[in-house]
Amino acid sequence: MFSSLWVAKTGLDAQQTRMDVISNNLANANTTGFKSSRASFQDLVYQNLAQPGAQTTEQTQAPSGLMLGTGVRVVGSEKLFTQGNIEQTGNSLDVAIQGRGFLQVTMPDGSISYTRDGSLHLDQNGQIVTADGYALSPTIAVPPSSQSITIGNDGTVSVSVPGQAAPQQIGTLQLADFINPAGLQPTGNNLYVETASSGSPQIGQPGLNGLGTLASGALESSNVNVVEQMVDMIQTQRTYEMNSKAVSAADSMLQYLTHNT
Amino acid sequence: MDRSMYVAMTGATQTMRAQAEVAHNLANADTVGFKAQMSAFQPLTVQGPGLATRVNGVAFGEGVDLRQGGQIDTGRTLDIAVQGNGWIAVQGADGTEGYTRAGDLRLTADGMLTDARGDLVLGDGGPISVPQSTQVSIGSDGTISAIPMGQTPNTVSAVGRIKLVNPPTGDLSMGTDGLMHLAGGATANADPAVSIKSGALESSNVNPSKMLVQMIELSRQYELQVRGLKGADENAQAATKLLQVT
Repeated sequence: MFSSLWVAKTGLDAQQTRMDVISNNLANANTTGFKSSRASFQDLVYQNLAQPGAQTTEQTQAPSGLMLGTGVRVVGSEKLFTQGNIEQTGNSLDVAIQGRGFLQVTMPDGSISYTRDGSLHLDQNGQIVTADGYALSPTIAVPPSSQSITIGNDGTVSVSVPGQAAPQQIGTLQLADFINPAGLQPTGNNLYVETASSGSPQIGQPGLNGLGTLASGALESSNVNVVEQMVDMIQTQRTYEMNSKAVSAADSMLQYLTHNT
Repeated sequence: MDRSMYVAMTGATQTMRAQAEVAHNLANADTVGFKAQMSAFQPLTVQGPGLATRVNGVAFGEGVDLRQGGQIDTGRTLDIAVQGNGWIAVQGADGTEGYTRAGDLRLTADGMLTDARGDLVLGDGGPISVPQSTQVSIGSDGTISAIPMGQTPNTVSAVGRIKLVNPPTGDLSMGTDGLMHLAGGATANADPAVSIKSGALESSNVNPSKMLVQMIELSRQYELQVRGLKGADENAQAATKLLQVT
Protein backbone atom coordinates (compact mmCIF):
# COMPACT_ATOMS: atom_id res chain seq x y z
CA MET A 1 0.00 0.00 0.00
CA PHE A 2 1.41 3.29 1.17
CA SER A 3 5.16 2.83 1.32
CA SER A 4 5.82 5.89 3.54
CA LEU A 5 4.34 4.02 6.48
CA TRP A 6 6.74 1.12 6.05
CA VAL A 7 9.72 3.32 5.25
CA ALA A 8 9.12 5.35 8.42
CA LYS A 9 8.72 2.08 10.33
CA THR A 10 12.25 1.02 9.30
CA GLY A 11 13.47 4.38 10.63
CA LEU A 12 11.72 3.80 13.96
CA ASP A 13 13.14 0.27 14.16
CA ALA A 14 16.68 1.48 13.46
CA GLN A 15 16.52 4.23 16.07
CA GLN A 16 15.07 1.77 18.58
CA THR A 17 18.03 -0.57 18.00
CA ARG A 18 20.44 2.33 18.35
CA MET A 19 18.79 3.31 21.63
CA ASP A 20 19.24 -0.29 22.86
CA VAL A 21 22.94 -0.13 21.98
CA ILE A 22 23.35 3.22 23.74
CA SER A 23 21.55 1.94 26.85
CA ASN A 24 23.82 -1.08 26.96
CA ASN A 25 26.90 1.15 26.63
CA LEU A 26 25.71 3.44 29.43
CA ALA A 27 24.81 0.52 31.65
CA ASN A 28 28.37 -0.75 31.23
CA ALA A 29 30.08 2.61 31.72
CA ASN A 30 31.73 1.18 34.82
CA THR A 31 32.35 -2.39 33.68
CA THR A 32 36.02 -3.40 33.73
CA GLY A 33 37.37 -4.10 30.25
CA PHE A 34 34.06 -3.26 28.52
CA LYS A 35 34.25 -2.06 24.93
CA SER A 36 31.50 0.21 23.66
CA SER A 37 29.38 -0.75 20.66
CA ARG A 38 28.11 1.35 17.81
CA ALA A 39 25.08 0.62 15.67
CA SER A 40 25.79 1.25 12.01
CA PHE A 41 23.06 1.98 9.48
CA GLN A 42 22.77 1.53 5.74
CA ASP A 43 20.08 2.69 3.35
CA LEU A 44 17.95 -0.14 1.96
CA VAL A 45 17.68 -1.00 -1.73
CA TYR A 46 16.05 1.47 -4.07
CA GLN A 47 13.01 0.87 -6.22
CA ASN A 48 13.71 1.96 -9.73
CA LEU A 49 10.55 3.67 -10.98
CA ALA A 50 12.14 5.44 -13.94
CA GLN A 51 15.59 4.52 -15.22
CA PRO A 52 17.99 7.46 -15.41
CA GLY A 53 19.61 7.61 -18.82
CA ALA A 54 16.83 5.67 -20.53
CA GLN A 55 16.23 6.64 -24.14
CA THR A 56 13.29 9.00 -24.41
CA THR A 57 13.69 9.08 -28.19
CA GLU A 58 16.39 7.71 -30.43
CA GLN A 59 18.49 10.82 -29.87
CA THR A 60 17.64 11.89 -26.35
CA GLN A 61 17.98 10.39 -22.90
CA ALA A 62 16.12 11.00 -19.66
CA PRO A 63 18.45 13.23 -17.60
CA SER A 64 17.24 11.73 -14.37
CA GLY A 65 15.10 8.86 -13.22
CA LEU A 66 13.00 8.21 -10.18
CA MET A 67 14.61 6.05 -7.56
CA LEU A 68 12.44 5.51 -4.55
CA GLY A 69 14.24 4.51 -1.36
CA THR A 70 12.75 1.92 0.95
CA GLY A 71 14.24 2.98 4.27
CA VAL A 72 17.12 2.09 6.51
CA ARG A 73 18.45 -1.00 8.23
CA VAL A 74 20.94 -1.75 10.96
CA VAL A 75 23.87 -3.62 9.41
CA GLY A 76 25.49 -4.40 12.69
CA SER A 77 26.63 -3.24 16.04
CA GLU A 78 30.38 -3.23 16.06
CA LYS A 79 32.58 -3.14 19.12
CA LEU A 80 35.08 -0.29 19.22
CA PHE A 81 38.33 -1.72 20.53
CA THR A 82 39.98 1.49 21.65
CA GLN A 83 42.02 1.43 24.83
CA GLY A 84 40.15 2.15 28.07
CA ASN A 85 41.72 4.13 30.89
CA ILE A 86 44.10 2.33 33.20
CA GLU A 87 42.97 2.58 36.80
CA GLN A 88 45.43 1.85 39.58
CA THR A 89 43.97 -0.53 42.15
CA GLY A 90 47.06 -1.72 44.01
CA ASN A 91 45.76 -5.29 44.03
CA SER A 92 48.62 -7.52 42.86
CA LEU A 93 46.25 -9.90 41.01
CA ASP A 94 44.71 -7.13 38.89
CA VAL A 95 46.19 -6.80 35.42
CA ALA A 96 45.38 -4.29 32.70
CA ILE A 97 46.33 -4.97 29.09
CA GLN A 98 48.02 -1.95 27.57
CA GLY A 99 47.68 -2.36 23.82
CA ARG A 100 46.34 -5.28 21.82
CA GLY A 101 45.48 -8.70 23.11
CA PHE A 102 43.10 -10.73 25.23
CA LEU A 103 43.53 -13.05 28.18
CA GLN A 104 42.46 -16.60 27.43
CA VAL A 105 39.88 -18.19 29.67
CA THR A 106 39.01 -21.90 29.81
CA MET A 107 35.24 -22.27 30.00
CA PRO A 108 33.61 -25.08 32.02
CA ASP A 109 32.97 -26.97 28.75
CA GLY A 110 36.67 -26.82 27.85
CA SER A 111 36.35 -24.20 25.09
CA ILE A 112 38.41 -21.03 25.15
CA SER A 113 36.94 -17.55 25.58
CA TYR A 114 38.77 -14.25 25.52
CA THR A 115 38.54 -11.29 27.87
CA ARG A 116 40.13 -7.93 28.61
CA ASP A 117 38.86 -7.97 32.18
CA GLY A 118 41.98 -8.55 34.25
CA SER A 119 40.49 -8.71 37.73
CA LEU A 120 41.99 -12.09 38.61
CA HIS A 121 41.50 -14.18 41.73
CA LEU A 122 42.76 -17.38 43.29
CA ASP A 123 40.47 -20.37 43.76
CA GLN A 124 40.62 -22.96 46.55
CA ASN A 125 43.35 -24.90 44.67
CA GLY A 126 45.52 -21.83 44.26
CA GLN A 127 44.74 -21.56 40.55
CA ILE A 128 44.49 -18.11 38.96
CA VAL A 129 40.87 -17.63 37.81
CA THR A 130 38.67 -14.80 36.53
CA ALA A 131 36.01 -13.09 38.62
CA ASP A 132 33.58 -15.78 37.44
CA GLY A 133 35.91 -18.56 38.62
CA TYR A 134 37.01 -19.73 35.18
CA ALA A 135 40.66 -20.76 34.96
CA LEU A 136 43.06 -18.86 32.76
CA SER A 137 44.76 -20.69 29.92
CA PRO A 138 47.57 -21.74 30.32
CA THR A 139 46.73 -22.61 33.91
CA ILE A 140 48.91 -21.15 36.63
CA ALA A 141 48.78 -22.61 40.13
CA VAL A 142 50.19 -20.72 43.08
CA PRO A 143 51.95 -22.91 45.69
CA PRO A 144 50.14 -22.97 49.06
CA SER A 145 53.00 -21.50 51.01
CA SER A 146 53.58 -18.43 48.88
CA GLN A 147 53.59 -15.00 50.46
CA SER A 148 53.07 -12.52 47.67
CA ILE A 149 52.37 -12.70 43.93
CA THR A 150 53.92 -10.44 41.32
CA ILE A 151 52.87 -10.23 37.67
CA GLY A 152 55.48 -8.68 35.41
CA ASN A 153 54.99 -6.55 32.30
CA ASP A 154 55.73 -9.55 30.12
CA GLY A 155 53.25 -11.77 31.98
CA THR A 156 55.76 -13.58 34.19
CA VAL A 157 54.06 -14.66 37.42
CA SER A 158 56.39 -15.07 40.37
CA VAL A 159 55.80 -15.72 44.05
CA SER A 160 57.96 -15.29 47.09
CA VAL A 161 58.22 -18.38 49.24
CA PRO A 162 59.21 -18.18 52.95
CA GLY A 163 62.79 -19.20 53.55
CA GLN A 164 63.89 -18.41 49.98
CA ALA A 165 65.54 -15.16 49.09
CA ALA A 166 64.87 -15.28 45.34
CA PRO A 167 61.28 -15.18 44.09
CA GLN A 168 60.11 -18.33 42.38
CA GLN A 169 58.71 -18.14 38.85
CA ILE A 170 55.53 -20.20 38.52
CA GLY A 171 54.26 -19.44 35.04
CA THR A 172 53.58 -16.88 32.34
CA LEU A 173 50.30 -15.21 31.34
CA GLN A 174 49.83 -15.29 27.58
CA LEU A 175 47.81 -13.02 25.35
CA ALA A 176 45.87 -13.82 22.19
CA ASP A 177 45.34 -11.31 19.40
CA PHE A 178 43.00 -11.28 16.39
CA ILE A 179 43.33 -9.55 13.05
CA ASN A 180 39.74 -8.29 13.38
CA PRO A 181 38.85 -7.98 17.08
CA ALA A 182 35.56 -6.28 16.08
CA GLY A 183 34.52 -9.64 14.63
CA LEU A 184 34.66 -11.38 18.02
CA GLN A 185 31.31 -12.39 19.41
CA PRO A 186 30.57 -10.96 22.86
CA THR A 187 28.96 -13.63 25.03
CA GLY A 188 28.42 -11.61 28.19
CA ASN A 189 30.42 -11.85 31.43
CA ASN A 190 33.09 -9.69 29.74
CA LEU A 191 33.92 -12.65 27.49
CA TYR A 192 34.30 -12.96 23.74
CA VAL A 193 34.45 -16.02 21.53
CA GLU A 194 36.25 -16.48 18.25
CA THR A 195 34.17 -16.34 15.05
CA ALA A 196 34.89 -16.84 11.36
CA SER A 197 35.07 -13.07 10.99
CA SER A 198 37.55 -12.45 13.81
CA GLY A 199 40.18 -14.80 12.38
CA SER A 200 42.13 -17.30 14.43
CA PRO A 201 43.95 -16.27 17.61
CA GLN A 202 47.67 -15.41 17.48
CA ILE A 203 49.00 -16.41 20.87
CA GLY A 204 52.14 -14.92 22.30
CA GLN A 205 53.94 -13.43 25.21
CA PRO A 206 52.84 -9.93 26.30
CA GLY A 207 55.06 -7.20 24.91
CA LEU A 208 56.34 -9.26 22.01
CA ASN A 209 55.18 -9.33 18.38
CA GLY A 210 52.95 -6.29 18.75
CA LEU A 211 50.99 -7.64 21.69
CA GLY A 212 50.26 -5.26 24.55
CA THR A 213 52.06 -5.30 27.85
CA LEU A 214 50.50 -6.08 31.21
CA ALA A 215 50.22 -3.54 33.99
CA SER A 216 49.97 -5.24 37.34
CA GLY A 217 48.00 -3.57 40.14
CA ALA A 218 45.74 -1.83 37.63
CA LEU A 219 42.53 -2.49 35.73
CA GLU A 220 41.36 -1.30 32.32
CA SER A 221 38.17 0.68 32.75
CA SER A 222 35.30 0.72 30.27
CA ASN A 223 36.02 2.73 27.09
CA VAL A 224 32.48 4.16 26.98
CA ASN A 225 32.56 7.91 26.44
CA VAL A 226 29.54 8.96 28.48
CA VAL A 227 29.23 12.44 26.95
CA GLU A 228 29.31 11.00 23.45
CA GLN A 229 26.62 8.49 24.41
CA MET A 230 24.44 11.30 25.76
CA VAL A 231 24.76 13.27 22.52
CA ASP A 232 23.99 10.11 20.57
CA MET A 233 20.96 9.54 22.75
CA ILE A 234 19.57 13.01 22.03
CA GLN A 235 20.13 12.51 18.33
CA THR A 236 18.44 9.11 18.44
CA GLN A 237 15.47 10.45 20.33
CA ARG A 238 14.90 13.33 17.92
CA THR A 239 15.31 11.15 14.84
CA TYR A 240 12.81 8.73 16.36
CA GLU A 241 10.35 11.58 16.83
CA MET A 242 10.77 12.74 13.25
CA ASN A 243 10.12 9.26 11.95
CA SER A 244 7.01 8.92 14.07
CA LYS A 245 5.93 12.25 12.59
CA ALA A 246 6.28 10.69 9.14
CA VAL A 247 4.03 7.81 10.26
CA SER A 248 1.36 10.19 11.53
CA ALA A 249 1.56 12.34 8.37
CA ALA A 250 1.06 9.26 6.20
CA ASP A 251 -1.76 8.16 8.44
CA SER A 252 -3.54 11.51 8.28
CA MET A 253 -3.25 11.52 4.48
CA LEU A 254 -4.97 8.15 4.26
CA GLN A 255 -7.54 9.26 6.80
CA TYR A 256 -8.33 12.35 4.78
CA LEU A 257 -8.73 10.22 1.67
CA THR A 258 -11.18 7.78 3.27
CA HIS A 259 -13.21 10.58 4.93
CA ASN A 260 -13.56 12.67 1.82
CA THR A 261 -14.34 10.25 -0.95
CA MET B 1 -16.98 10.42 -16.53
CA ASP B 2 -15.22 13.67 -15.84
CA ARG B 3 -11.60 13.18 -16.82
CA SER B 4 -10.42 15.76 -14.29
CA MET B 5 -10.79 12.98 -11.74
CA TYR B 6 -7.86 11.15 -13.31
CA VAL B 7 -5.70 14.25 -13.14
CA ALA B 8 -6.50 14.54 -9.41
CA MET B 9 -5.88 10.81 -8.96
CA THR B 10 -2.46 11.03 -10.63
CA GLY B 11 -1.65 14.03 -8.44
CA ALA B 12 -2.62 12.17 -5.27
CA THR B 13 -0.63 9.05 -6.25
CA GLN B 14 2.44 11.09 -7.08
CA THR B 15 2.17 13.08 -3.85
CA MET B 16 2.09 9.81 -1.89
CA ARG B 17 5.20 8.71 -3.74
CA ALA B 18 6.98 11.97 -2.87
CA GLN B 19 5.90 11.48 0.75
CA ALA B 20 7.56 8.03 0.70
CA GLU B 21 10.77 9.74 -0.36
CA VAL B 22 10.55 12.18 2.54
CA ALA B 23 10.01 9.22 4.88
CA HIS B 24 13.08 7.50 3.36
CA ASN B 25 15.22 10.59 3.92
CA LEU B 26 14.03 10.88 7.52
CA ALA B 27 14.64 7.17 8.12
CA ASN B 28 18.23 7.76 6.99
CA ALA B 29 18.76 10.95 8.99
CA ASP B 30 21.41 9.08 11.01
CA THR B 31 22.97 6.92 8.29
CA VAL B 32 26.68 7.55 7.75
CA GLY B 33 27.49 9.11 4.37
CA PHE B 34 23.85 9.16 3.26
CA LYS B 35 22.87 11.68 0.59
CA ALA B 36 19.29 12.96 0.59
CA GLN B 37 17.10 11.98 -2.35
CA MET B 38 15.45 14.78 -4.27
CA SER B 39 12.52 14.80 -6.65
CA ALA B 40 10.36 17.45 -8.21
CA PHE B 41 6.97 17.54 -9.87
CA GLN B 42 6.91 18.13 -13.58
CA PRO B 43 3.94 18.92 -15.76
CA LEU B 44 3.05 16.17 -18.22
CA THR B 45 0.33 17.09 -20.71
CA VAL B 46 -2.15 14.30 -21.36
CA GLN B 47 -1.97 13.35 -25.02
CA GLY B 48 -5.11 12.35 -26.81
CA PRO B 49 -8.27 13.62 -28.42
CA GLY B 50 -9.72 16.93 -27.34
CA LEU B 51 -8.12 20.12 -26.16
CA ALA B 52 -4.84 19.80 -24.29
CA THR B 53 -6.35 21.09 -21.05
CA ARG B 54 -5.34 18.26 -18.79
CA VAL B 55 -1.85 18.41 -17.34
CA ASN B 56 -0.72 15.74 -14.88
CA GLY B 57 1.83 16.51 -12.17
CA VAL B 58 4.38 13.70 -12.15
CA ALA B 59 7.27 13.26 -9.72
CA PHE B 60 10.69 13.00 -11.38
CA GLY B 61 13.85 12.12 -9.54
CA GLU B 62 16.44 14.85 -9.46
CA GLY B 63 19.12 12.51 -8.16
CA VAL B 64 20.71 13.07 -4.81
CA ASP B 65 21.62 16.15 -2.84
CA LEU B 66 25.42 16.14 -3.06
CA ARG B 67 26.05 18.64 -0.30
CA GLN B 68 28.51 17.49 2.31
CA GLY B 69 27.18 16.19 5.63
CA GLY B 70 28.62 17.15 8.96
CA GLN B 71 31.81 15.56 10.23
CA ILE B 72 31.71 13.35 13.32
CA ASP B 73 34.98 12.59 15.08
CA THR B 74 35.05 8.96 16.18
CA GLY B 75 38.75 8.31 16.82
CA ARG B 76 38.52 4.88 15.17
CA THR B 77 41.42 4.49 12.74
CA LEU B 78 39.37 2.68 10.10
CA ASP B 79 36.75 5.44 9.93
CA ILE B 80 37.40 7.85 7.08
CA ALA B 81 35.59 10.99 5.93
CA VAL B 82 36.15 12.42 2.45
CA GLN B 83 37.07 16.09 2.68
CA GLY B 84 35.36 18.24 0.08
CA ASN B 85 34.39 16.61 -3.18
CA GLY B 86 35.22 13.02 -3.97
CA TRP B 87 34.13 9.45 -3.46
CA ILE B 88 35.52 6.17 -2.12
CA ALA B 89 35.56 3.41 -4.75
CA VAL B 90 34.07 0.07 -3.70
CA GLN B 91 33.08 -3.08 -5.50
CA GLY B 92 29.30 -3.49 -5.40
CA ALA B 93 27.61 -6.83 -4.78
CA ASP B 94 27.18 -7.28 -8.54
CA GLY B 95 30.93 -6.84 -9.13
CA THR B 96 30.71 -3.38 -10.68
CA GLU B 97 32.58 -0.40 -9.35
CA GLY B 98 30.47 1.96 -7.25
CA TYR B 99 31.18 5.06 -5.23
CA THR B 100 30.20 5.88 -1.69
CA ARG B 101 30.91 8.44 1.00
CA ALA B 102 30.18 6.07 3.88
CA GLY B 103 33.66 5.58 5.30
CA ASP B 104 33.07 3.23 8.23
CA LEU B 105 35.49 0.60 6.94
CA ARG B 106 36.35 -2.72 8.52
CA LEU B 107 38.61 -5.70 8.05
CA THR B 108 37.41 -9.21 7.34
CA ALA B 109 39.05 -12.28 8.88
CA ASP B 110 41.15 -12.80 5.76
CA GLY B 111 42.34 -9.20 5.87
CA MET B 112 40.18 -7.69 3.12
CA LEU B 113 39.15 -4.07 3.62
CA THR B 114 35.38 -3.59 3.22
CA ASP B 115 32.78 -0.96 3.93
CA ALA B 116 30.05 -1.50 6.54
CA ARG B 117 27.85 -3.17 3.92
CA GLY B 118 30.60 -5.70 3.14
CA ASP B 119 31.52 -4.32 -0.29
CA LEU B 120 35.26 -4.60 -0.97
CA VAL B 121 37.07 -1.29 -0.91
CA LEU B 122 39.05 -0.84 -4.12
CA GLY B 123 42.66 0.24 -4.28
CA ASP B 124 44.64 1.32 -7.31
CA GLY B 125 45.00 -2.33 -8.30
CA GLY B 126 41.76 -3.94 -7.17
CA PRO B 127 40.56 -4.91 -3.69
CA ILE B 128 42.89 -4.09 -0.79
CA SER B 129 44.21 -6.85 1.40
CA VAL B 130 45.88 -5.94 4.70
CA PRO B 131 48.32 -8.50 6.13
CA GLN B 132 48.05 -9.60 9.78
CA SER B 133 49.00 -6.37 11.51
CA THR B 134 48.99 -4.79 14.88
CA GLN B 135 48.25 -1.25 13.77
CA VAL B 136 46.56 -0.08 10.59
CA SER B 137 46.44 3.61 9.73
CA ILE B 138 45.07 5.51 6.76
CA GLY B 139 46.74 8.66 5.45
CA SER B 140 45.05 11.71 4.02
CA ASP B 141 45.61 10.52 0.43
CA GLY B 142 44.14 7.09 1.21
CA THR B 143 47.47 5.31 1.71
CA ILE B 144 47.07 2.43 4.13
CA SER B 145 50.07 1.60 6.25
CA ALA B 146 50.37 -1.29 8.63
CA ILE B 147 52.83 -2.67 11.15
CA PRO B 148 52.96 -6.42 10.41
CA MET B 149 52.20 -8.63 13.37
CA GLY B 150 55.35 -9.57 15.23
CA GLN B 151 57.35 -6.61 13.97
CA THR B 152 58.55 -3.43 15.62
CA PRO B 153 56.95 -0.06 14.78
CA ASN B 154 59.87 0.91 12.51
CA THR B 155 58.82 -1.77 10.02
CA VAL B 156 55.65 0.12 9.11
CA SER B 157 54.96 -0.31 5.44
CA ALA B 158 52.38 0.88 2.92
CA VAL B 159 50.07 -1.95 1.89
CA GLY B 160 47.88 -0.13 -0.59
CA ARG B 161 46.03 3.01 -1.38
CA ILE B 162 42.27 3.47 -1.39
CA LYS B 163 41.00 4.55 -4.77
CA LEU B 164 39.51 8.01 -4.36
CA VAL B 165 37.73 9.45 -7.36
CA ASN B 166 36.11 12.72 -8.27
CA PRO B 167 34.20 12.33 -11.54
CA PRO B 168 31.92 15.17 -12.74
CA THR B 169 28.80 14.94 -10.55
CA GLY B 170 26.57 15.10 -13.62
CA ASP B 171 27.83 11.69 -14.73
CA LEU B 172 26.98 9.99 -11.44
CA SER B 173 23.65 8.43 -10.71
CA MET B 174 22.47 6.27 -7.85
CA GLY B 175 21.97 2.57 -8.42
CA THR B 176 19.41 0.40 -6.67
CA ASP B 177 22.19 -0.75 -4.30
CA GLY B 178 22.53 2.76 -2.88
CA LEU B 179 25.99 3.26 -4.45
CA MET B 180 26.73 5.90 -7.04
CA HIS B 181 27.62 4.60 -10.50
CA LEU B 182 28.95 6.22 -13.63
CA ALA B 183 26.64 6.22 -16.62
CA GLY B 184 27.14 3.25 -18.93
CA GLY B 185 29.10 1.21 -16.36
CA ALA B 186 32.30 3.24 -16.90
CA THR B 187 34.86 3.56 -14.12
CA ALA B 188 36.42 6.79 -12.94
CA ASN B 189 40.17 7.33 -12.66
CA ALA B 190 41.76 7.87 -9.27
CA ASP B 191 42.09 11.55 -8.44
CA PRO B 192 45.13 12.44 -6.31
CA ALA B 193 43.49 15.74 -5.29
CA VAL B 194 40.83 14.03 -3.17
CA SER B 195 41.77 13.95 0.49
CA ILE B 196 40.30 12.07 3.42
CA LYS B 197 40.48 12.34 7.17
CA SER B 198 41.00 9.27 9.28
CA GLY B 199 39.17 8.94 12.61
CA ALA B 200 36.10 10.77 11.38
CA LEU B 201 32.86 9.96 9.60
CA GLU B 202 30.57 12.03 7.41
CA SER B 203 27.06 12.21 8.82
CA SER B 204 23.91 12.07 6.73
CA ASN B 205 23.22 15.34 4.88
CA VAL B 206 19.46 15.12 5.41
CA ASN B 207 18.12 18.45 6.66
CA PRO B 208 15.41 17.35 9.13
CA SER B 209 13.62 20.70 9.35
CA LYS B 210 13.43 20.95 5.57
CA MET B 211 12.07 17.39 5.44
CA LEU B 212 9.40 18.12 8.05
CA VAL B 213 8.28 21.24 6.18
CA GLN B 214 8.21 19.24 2.96
CA MET B 215 6.14 16.60 4.72
CA ILE B 216 3.53 19.17 5.79
CA GLU B 217 3.48 20.68 2.33
CA LEU B 218 2.92 17.28 0.71
CA SER B 219 0.18 16.42 3.22
CA ARG B 220 -1.73 19.60 2.38
CA GLN B 221 -1.14 19.14 -1.32
CA TYR B 222 -2.55 15.63 -1.00
CA GLU B 223 -5.69 17.01 0.66
CA LEU B 224 -6.09 19.40 -2.27
CA GLN B 225 -5.90 16.53 -4.73
CA VAL B 226 -8.50 14.60 -2.75
CA ARG B 227 -10.71 17.72 -2.82
CA GLY B 228 -10.32 17.60 -6.61
CA LEU B 229 -11.48 13.97 -6.61
CA LYS B 230 -14.46 14.87 -4.47
CA GLY B 231 -15.31 17.88 -6.65
CA ALA B 232 -15.36 15.69 -9.76
CA ASP B 233 -17.50 13.18 -7.92
CA GLU B 234 -19.99 15.87 -6.83
CA ASN B 235 -20.21 17.20 -10.39
CA ALA B 236 -20.96 13.71 -11.66
CA GLN B 237 -23.62 13.21 -8.98
CA ALA B 238 -25.29 16.51 -9.83
CA ALA B 239 -25.29 15.59 -13.52
CA THR B 240 -26.88 12.23 -12.74
CA LYS B 241 -29.57 13.91 -10.67
CA LEU B 242 -30.33 16.38 -13.43
CA LEU B 243 -30.86 13.62 -15.94
CA GLN B 244 -33.06 11.53 -13.64
CA VAL B 245 -36.52 11.13 -15.14
CA THR B 246 -38.46 10.56 -11.97
